[in-house]
Parts: sequence; C-alpha cells; structure tokens
Amino acid sequence: MQDVSTEKKEFTPNIVAFCCNWCSYAGADLAGSSRLTYPANVKIIRVPCSCRVNPMFVLKAFQRGADGVILCGCHPGDCHYVTGNYYTRRRMALLYSFLNYMGIEKERTRVEWVSAAEGARFASVMNDFVKQVTELGENKRLTDLRVKEGE
Amino acid sequence: MKEVEMKMLERAKALLESGEVARVVAWKKGDFCFDPSPAVFESVEELDTFVYDWFCGANLSKYLIQIAKKEGKTAVFLKPCDTYSFNQLVKEHRIDREKVYVIAVECLAKLDVEKMKAKGVSMIESVEVVDKDVHVKTAYGEETLYKPDVVLTKCETCNKTHQAKDEEIILHERPERDVNRFAEVEKLEAMTEDERFAFWRNQLSKCIRCNACRNVCPACSCVKCVFDNPASGISAKANDDQFEEQLFHIIRAFHVAGRCTDCGECSRVCPQNIPLHLLNRKFIKDIDGLYGEFQAGETTEGKTPLTSFTEGDVEPKDVFNGEAK
Amino acid sequence: MQRIGVFICWCGSNIAATVDVEKVAEVIKSEPGVVYAANYQYMCSENGQQLVKQAIKEHNLTGIVIGACSPRMHEATFRKAAEAAGLNPYMVEVANIREHCSWIHKDMEEATEKAVILVRTAIAKVKLNAPLMAGESPVVKRALVIGGGIAGIQAALDIADAGFEVDIVEKNATIGGRMAQIDKTFPTLDCSACILTPKMVDCAQHEKIDILSYSEVEDVKGFVGNFNVKIRRKARFVDETKCTGCKICMEKCPSKKGLNEFNMNLNTRPAIYIPFAQAIPNVAVIDPTQCIKMKTGKCGICQKFCGVGAIDYEQKDTFIERQYGAIVVATGFKPISVDNFNEYGYNDNKDVITSLELERLMNAAGPTNGVLLRPSDGEHPKVITFIQCVGSRDTSGCGKPYCSKICCMYTAKHAMLIREKYPDTEVHVFYIDVRTPGKNYDEFFRRAVEQYGVDYIKGMVGKVYNENGKLMVQGSNLIDNEQITIESDLVVLAAAIEPEPSVRKIATLLTASIDTNNFLTESHAKLRPVESPTAGVYLAGVCQGPKDIPETVSQASACAAKVIGLLVKDKLKTNPCVATPDETMCNGCSQCANVCPYGAITYVEKEFRLGGGKTEIRRVASVNPAVCQGCGACTVTCPSGAMDLKGFSSKQIMSEVEAICKM
Repeated sequence: MQDVSTEKKEFTPNIVAFCCNWCSYAGADLAGSSRLTYPANVKIIRVPCSCRVNPMFVLKAFQRGADGVILCGCHPGDCHYVTGNYYTRRRMALLYSFLNYMGIEKERTRVEWVSAAEGARFASVMNDFVKQVTELGENKRLTDLRVKEGE
Repeated sequence: MKEVEMKMLERAKALLESGEVARVVAWKKGDFCFDPSPAVFESVEELDTFVYDWFCGANLSKYLIQIAKKEGKTAVFLKPCDTYSFNQLVKEHRIDREKVYVIAVECLAKLDVEKMKAKGVSMIESVEVVDKDVHVKTAYGEETLYKPDVVLTKCETCNKTHQAKDEEIILHERPERDVNRFAEVEKLEAMTEDERFAFWRNQLSKCIRCNACRNVCPACSCVKCVFDNPASGISAKANDDQFEEQLFHIIRAFHVAGRCTDCGECSRVCPQNIPLHLLNRKFIKDIDGLYGEFQAGETTEGKTPLTSFTEGDVEPKDVFNGEAK
Repeated sequence: MQRIGVFICWCGSNIAATVDVEKVAEVIKSEPGVVYAANYQYMCSENGQQLVKQAIKEHNLTGIVIGACSPRMHEATFRKAAEAAGLNPYMVEVANIREHCSWIHKDMEEATEKAVILVRTAIAKVKLNAPLMAGESPVVKRALVIGGGIAGIQAALDIADAGFEVDIVEKNATIGGRMAQIDKTFPTLDCSACILTPKMVDCAQHEKIDILSYSEVEDVKGFVGNFNVKIRRKARFVDETKCTGCKICMEKCPSKKGLNEFNMNLNTRPAIYIPFAQAIPNVAVIDPTQCIKMKTGKCGICQKFCGVGAIDYEQKDTFIERQYGAIVVATGFKPISVDNFNEYGYNDNKDVITSLELERLMNAAGPTNGVLLRPSDGEHPKVITFIQCVGSRDTSGCGKPYCSKICCMYTAKHAMLIREKYPDTEVHVFYIDVRTPGKNYDEFFRRAVEQYGVDYIKGMVGKVYNENGKLMVQGSNLIDNEQITIESDLVVLAAAIEPEPSVRKIATLLTASIDTNNFLTESHAKLRPVESPTAGVYLAGVCQGPKDIPETVSQASACAAKVIGLLVKDKLKTNPCVATPDETMCNGCSQCANVCPYGAITYVEKEFRLGGGKTEIRRVASVNPAVCQGCGACTVTCPSGAMDLKGFSSKQIMSEVEAICKM
C-alpha cells in the first residue's frame, strides 16, 4: 500500500489526540494562542469529556493506521462533569495494559491530564509523544492482527 | 455421579409434579455419551432424557434470560462456576431472581472429550471416574486416563463455590486446591512484546468468526450485540471495513471486563481451540492487581470495577504487567 | 442528499499567513457532499456571517463547516447565523485551523495540508449531525431549604425577600441550629442569640416562608425546576396550631429526667419541652421515651393543664408532598465524638469537656446560668487547659484528616472571654498551628495572647489523667523543647467538626455527590462553589466544608442568588447534546446509571413488539434531558452500545477518526 516515495521521506507518524472540551482542548487552544509549536501530525478530536472516549475509537484509529493515540482530559478531581475522568483513568489503564498484552507497544498509547491553563504543557506533551512514536516507527500490529499467516 | 444424577432427577420430578415450578433447565442425553446438551423439561415424561454426568460442562445460566421470563417459576441446576454468571445476570436485571429456583449441584470438574481424543481415545462408549482415574470404555476396549489431563481447561484452575442456591445436591465436597489461574497470563506477560504479538497473531488468525464464543458467553447477552448495530460505527456490513473482523476479540474482551466471571465457556466452545479465556483473565488479573480483588458474580449488587473509582487510582502510564509501577 | 457548505476564514493574516486558504477551499470543493466552498477575511464579522446566511439560502445547504478559530470562540456565533438563515444551529461544525494549526506551524505546505485534513474531519462529522432542539422544562417557583440553621435561615430569607415561596425543613423541634447553642461569636464577641434570634423571628413572620420543623425529607423525585419532595412531619404529640408556648406543661410535667440536648446533655429537661426560650416555632414537643403517659398509660398531666387542648398522645407521623424548583442543602455539622480519644480521658473525667459544652457552660441561658462552674463539683476552675486539633488534621484514622477551620478562633475566643470574666484564672492552650486567616482574625488572636495573657503552647498533648482530683495535662512544648505537665481544673477539647450524619441520606436522595469525609461536593471548587453537580441543588454552610458563621452566611446568600436566578425563569432551556438510549438495544442492566454523576438515568418497563403479534416487556434506560449534562460516561459503559450522545455520537467520532487516519 505504501508507495516507494514514502520510504525516501523521513517517517512522520500520524497521531490522533482526543481532548476534552473543558480542559485539554482549551489547553491546546492556549498552546496555539501562545504560538507554541508542536508537529503538524497531531490532529485533535474534540469530545465533551475524556469519559466519552470509547476504547473502540482508540482501536479504530490504530486499525485505520494511526501510529499513536493520546487521550487528554482534565486533571483528576477537576473534571467538569465531576467524575468523568476517573472512569477514563480506569478504562484506559486497563485498555492500554491489555493492548500491550496483545503485543502492541505501550509507547503508542498515552493518557495525559492537561488543564486549560497548561498550554505549554500541552505542547511539550505532544512534542514528547510524537518523538516517542517516531522512534517506534509505523504501527502495523493493530492493522493486521488477524491477517492470516503468509497473507 | 450416578447417585447425584438420581437425586437431581428425583427433585426435578417432584418439582414438576407438585407444580412448584413450570419447567426445569438441565441437560439432556445426546447421541453419544460425551455430548449432553442444555435442555428445558416441562413435564415429568420429558425427563426420560435427563442426564447429569462428567460431560455436562455447559453453563445453563444464560438460557434463563429468556426462559425465566415465561410464566411460572423455573428450576435450574447450577454448578459452582455457573452461579457466578447467574448472579451477574441477576445484578444486571436480566434474570428475575424471584422467578428462578436454584438447585446447586456438585461438580468435581468436567471432562473434555477433545482432550481425551487427543490422548488417542476414540469411539467412547462410556466413562467412569474413580478419584483421578478416568476409566473409558470404547469400541476397542478399555482404557484409563489421568483425570487432570483430560478435564476442561476451565476446570483446571477452578476453585469456585456456589454463590446462589435455594437448595443443594452435594454428595462429595470438592477439595480446596492450590491453583493459580493466572499462571498462563503471567507466562505471556513475561514474554517480549514481539513474542506476545506473535502468539496472539497466531492464535487469532485461527478465528473463523463463528460467534460461538459470543453466543455462549453469559456476559455477552446484549439484546442486540454492538457488532450487529450499525449506529455503533463498528459493525461491518460492507466488506471494505475490516474493523470488526480484526478487532472483534479485543472489543469483546473489553466489553465484558469487570463483568466476566471467568466461567471459561468461550474457550470450551471455540472450535478452533483459541485460548480466549486468556484475554478475559488478563483483565481480571489487572483489575485484581490495580483496584483490589474483584470477582464478578459473587454478589447480585454493587458496582463493577469499571463503574467505580477511587481518587488515588493508578495512572495508565504507571501500569506495567497489571501492576502499578 | 447532503449539501455541505464550507467557509474558510483568513482571520486577517492569523490563518492566511500560514495556511493557503485559497488552496484549502479549492481542495475541499471536490469533497463528496460539498456543494459550496468559499474563503473570506473575517468569517466572524457581520459580512462573514452574511456570507454564511446567503450561501445557506442560495445553495440550500444542509450543513456547514467553518474553518476558523477555536469553536470555543465562535461556534455560538456561527450557530446563530445558521439559525437566522433557517438552518438548524446544530448542523454547524467548526474546524479549528487557527489555534490548532496556523498558530503552531511554521511551514505553509505542512499547515495547509493539516488544515485540509481538519476541515475534512469536520465535514465527516457534520454529515452525521442531526438537527437538535433545545428542550424546555417548566420551573416551579418555590424553593426548599433543608436545614434550619443559620445557613438555611439566611438562604430562606434572601429567597423569600425576592418574592419566592420557601419551605424550611428542619429535623429538630426548632430552627436555629448550632449557632443557637453558641454563646458569643468571633471576632466581634457579639452575643450569638442576639444576632440569630431576630432572623429566626423574621423567618417565622415572613409570609413567603413556611417552617416545617420536626420534619425530615423522605424522598426526592424529579429534577431541576421540578423536584417532587416527600416530607415526613414527625409526631410531636402537640398540635402546632394550638400550642401557645406558655410552658405550663413544662412546669407540671412530673418526668424531668430527660437529658437536655440543647445544653449538650449537661442538665435535664421535662418530657414535654420547648428546646430553648427563643425557639421557633415556640411550640412544645413530647419526648416519648421520657413521657410517663406514653410509657405506662398513666399520667396525662400536661393534657389536663394545657389550656388550649394542644396535647395529643395519639398523634402519628404524617407525610406531605410538595413541588420545588430548587433545593438548598444546609444540613450543617456536629462535633465529632471524642470517645475514641482515650488519651484525653473525656469519658473518665467529668471535667474534661468539649468546646461546645463550654459554650453552654458560659451561656447565660445554659445549665449554670452563665457562671463558669466545672461539672464535677460546681467549683470555679482556676486553671483551664485547652487542647486544639482534637480529631482535626488527624491521619491516624481516629479523627478527621481535614482542618476544622473554626477551632483556632473559637478557642482564642473562649480563652479571652474567660480571662476577661475571671482574671484570676490561668489559661493554657496547646496547639499544633494557629490558623487565623480572615478579616480581623489574627488581630483577635493576638489580643488573646498579648492583651489577655493566654498561654499558648506549641505542642501536642500526650495524656490527660486524674491525680488526686487534679487533671494532669501532659504534653510537649516544642518551642522550649521540653515535656511539661499542667495541673488543671478543667480541660477543654476543641473537637473536630463533621457533617451532620443525616446528610448522607439527603445526598443519596438528591443524587448529589459526596466526598469521603461526607462533605457534599461542589460543582467546581473555584468557579461554582455553591452549586452541587446535580442541577438545581445548592450547598450552604458546613455541609459543603468546614467554615465559620460569616462564610456560612455569605455562602447562603450566594445560594439564594443562584436560586433566585433559577426561579425567575419560567422555563429552562435544556442542552440538547444529551445522552439518549436506543431502547430496542438497551439491556436495562443499570451500568449506565452507575456512572452518571447527575442521576439522570432511570429505568422503565416498556412493551416491545417482537413480531408475529407477540410483545415483550423489557426494562430499559430512560434519560431525563433536563438533568443530563452530556458528559458521555454512560455511552462507554453501555455494553450494547445502546446509549449514545447527541452531538457527539459514536458514529460521528468514528468518522472523525477515519477522516484523520485516511492518509
């Protein structure tokens, strides 16, 4: 599927970032208005709360070729919806641990708490995550987990 | 086992005769001695085919979702492991506890005919178990197998006890054993990521998507499965979307996380012998390790680990092999 | 057929300098479903909005995407513009190509490429948007205040003064709460009763306030604007409408051994009693555990002497149901039990008392008529030792981990009052830290030390024991680094305060969240400190966290302002982006209700057609759109995927994921 030209180019990972509307999305906005740079391969999806993120969204991203998925929400205790991110924390801890059990590199998945005031942190988290995923290379494992041997 | 079976039959008859229950959910004889199947008996006459033997491994609790809705009370025979699924379904309001009469029956592990065949035993005519010896009568003669070698995988590490009962038929207590049901999971955890991936890719590539695991699973009892729901965005109606196909087992394992009682039916029914229970057990092991011991189906009330939290829960990044770093 | 219009904003040069807006519009034009694409310098300007309105009409657009600044900035603007042009406002999506793109990237090619993807993602989402309508729900113009202490009184008065009906439900026989028990208040030392009782009278006389004393909330149904509350009116065995409060029954009652709760059980009261002189309502109540008539059937003296025939030994609890638009929780606190602190010997020595007991001993209406006499022998104590932080800031498990906040100040107050009234008394105070933030608080504390010569000792007390009738207080003096023992006549424990235990039941009834210390949780610690996360429920006083009287009163008035703001509305507009279950797929398993922070989900039995003329009754989830805030926690918990969130549906988010990943 990948043509030859991509081999020449340096690998740039595709990152999906889910951000809660009240903290992390606002944090990303602040990173923007503070003109703090991070790579263009991070694309943000706005959700009302981190607890809206279904593990299926994460899996879908990987299956469709995302190289890393990061989920950002309000700091525990600061959730706009009081308890949402506490559920997120458990769900994602279990999901990410499980994916690693299936052999998916754990460096491809991440959860970060970023407040609306932490624009600088948002940028540095993204820079760090992109670097980490770039080092790992392309995600192949979740796109072809069930592909039969030899195919 | 014969003795237990006789007592069960006696009770089934009495309950049906007295009209105390309208039906009994149990097992009936199959074509061979090793393939009894779940059945509903609505009259004493029907009980002619009643059976309870070393091959009655099937978990009857899931059938109650539909059957117990019928008029009158339903009696059911539940083995220790089945009672957890039963409680979980009561907790999720899928079974009305008031409408079911639970008879707890003894279980000293059930046999896996596939494992017996793998030991070279075929054309099985009858089986008798004495302690750890399984005496098998076949068309070719008699053979003795070592019981621990041929029990169902789910029975190998079982230490479950009855969690629901209105009465019991237990003639032999099963001794408490020192087993680690997470041994296989730990073995996988000890591998490298590459090895784990190779293991699962090898296993899951055998999947033929027959849905047997989903159909037998008591936790997978949704009115309509998410994989059959176009609004979920995951069901694959068109051929161009391989999402469901490829990630079916991961999604299924997550859906039952915190609700799976580790009844082991998924692995029992898998025609491809994929060790599916190792997926669910990973979640169980992680939950135990991170949020405290939790056994789904132990009670009929309370929240599951995924619908509760504590303020000091471990951060996802600090989770390593199911333990907090 | 979808007809999507796309508008790319330059934002002057903010976007256009890094993103080739012309190119983005050009590329997007050929996206399936897109029938119109334009770019403009300032989309948010009048002209920009006009462009949107015109295009909607001219091209019959079914959905629009604006590629511009953050939706947190102008989503509302564009929704309004769409609505003005006849398009449902929820058929608008914003692609954030400024904060998330042009401002953070330097390379034009890269930024343009990303902008295209972001706009495509928004198109993918908008194609799955559905027109949404904000619902309306009526507002019952009456408020309920649970708890009749100073918090409840203040909230009720403020709400009633704005012209709304208020009911105060108070579980005790009188309103007034803890403040009525206090002698003097810091830092001004005015008499507590003198400032409280006029407010109590105001409540009683206010035509908009109905005091339901000796009553408890039994059940709460409904939601913001429309709560239905069942209230238990406990039998007081005295007809409230007849009793004049003449107290003749109290004089005549032969059973006088009941412990006087108002005086912290330091003396006794009759079986029929009015808790204190200024009680509101000024109506007697019978304690059935002490009443001879009710225990043996013989007596009935109070009935004989009651001139108005108010006594009714047969009275039973009754229930009333009322509707409210808003609820203020002001259930207050109690001092913790100090029974567990063996080291202080509270249970073994009569002269080891708590601070609230001291308040009663110093109060003119208290058991000693305001003369400070120690409980054991009625003597004047000459040496008094105070111990602060008894059960506060205690992580041993015996007490509470938090600071009770008021103890430093009231201890200073006690010490000062004693030194003033009895200058020959020696007063020592053991403290860990003295915390006096507050207007004129530190000055007050310093006065106690400097002017009144109270001996403050930094250190903890290890043991209080009785030696030859003297209380020996053994502790450490950390400043002088020595162990000291003070021979005392009276020891006063500044016991921690905890929320009134009945708040747990109230919280459950209201589905208001509560923390591990039983304090009710506010919606936002900084910005919404008097609102509970449950809409329409407000928090005043110590039920929300430790605080003193001025803070409690401010919070109560803040609650009242919030309540008034709610009750002046005739109807509430509800957020249409709420969870909604597909009943045909719902298992009724209750998992979603377990994670809902607002209690918006209930279950109903519904009949479903199965085909062939058959039907089936199933339990299914039902979301109250007036209560749901749209977080989506339930959608992920739902195993069957029956629960979805309007405006952020699973299908929408999945399609966004796909759009981003499609390289």
